[in-house]
Amino acid sequence: MTLHPALDALIAALLVGAAFFALVGSIGLVKLGDFMKRLHGPTKASTLGVGGVLIASILYFTVAGNAPFLHELLITGFVFLTAPIGAHLMAHAAMRFDATAEPPPAPGQKPERSDAG
Amino acid sequence: MTDAVLPWVTVAFAVSMLLCLYRLWVGPSLPDRVLALDTLYVNTMALLVLIGLWIQNAVYFEAALMIAMLGFISTVALSRYLAQGKVVS
Repeated sequence: MTLHPALDALIAALLVGAAFFALVGSIGLVKLGDFMKRLHGPTKASTLGVGGVLIASILYFTVAGNAPFLHELLITGFVFLTAPIGAHLMAHAAMRFDATAEPPPAPGQKPERSDAG
Repeated sequence: MTDAVLPWVTVAFAVSMLLCLYRLWVGPSLPDRVLALDTLYVNTMALLVLIGLWIQNAVYFEAALMIAMLGFISTVALSRYLAQGKVVS
């Protein structure tokens, strides 16, 4: 299977970008300090990582099969719909499970939380 | 170029799965382990699509779709169990 060189380079760039963001997400999952911080890392893996691989797969199979191969859009849509729901439920579980797990204060704000909130 | 890049991309996804496994192993809290499982299934899905791309077989896409659905259901069930002590109210 020989691809057009430009398309080949585009697919390779998408795959490398996806691998980079998957690694960034997992390193964030390992290195960040507490649960609320760790929740940020995997969002990169689930949007940019999976999205890059799936777009590369759509491009490759569309060109290799000479017909639009759009099944991967199902996975993309499903993941992009369910990732925020899962993250919300996990944050909810963490706040119920551990009463001290609260969102950190915004940068530049005083660390004391006001009682109004 | 894609053929040259594919093994390294596969290795990168495998390494990120190992990092998720580390977080799953050390915890320290139960929601951390749920988050690690969630990231693990997302990476598994991308790895399956990648293997389908590597051996030029579009069948692996269906396995990836199945993992996406089951992974989401398991994340929701585990999170609800931790938050409320029961899965179905």
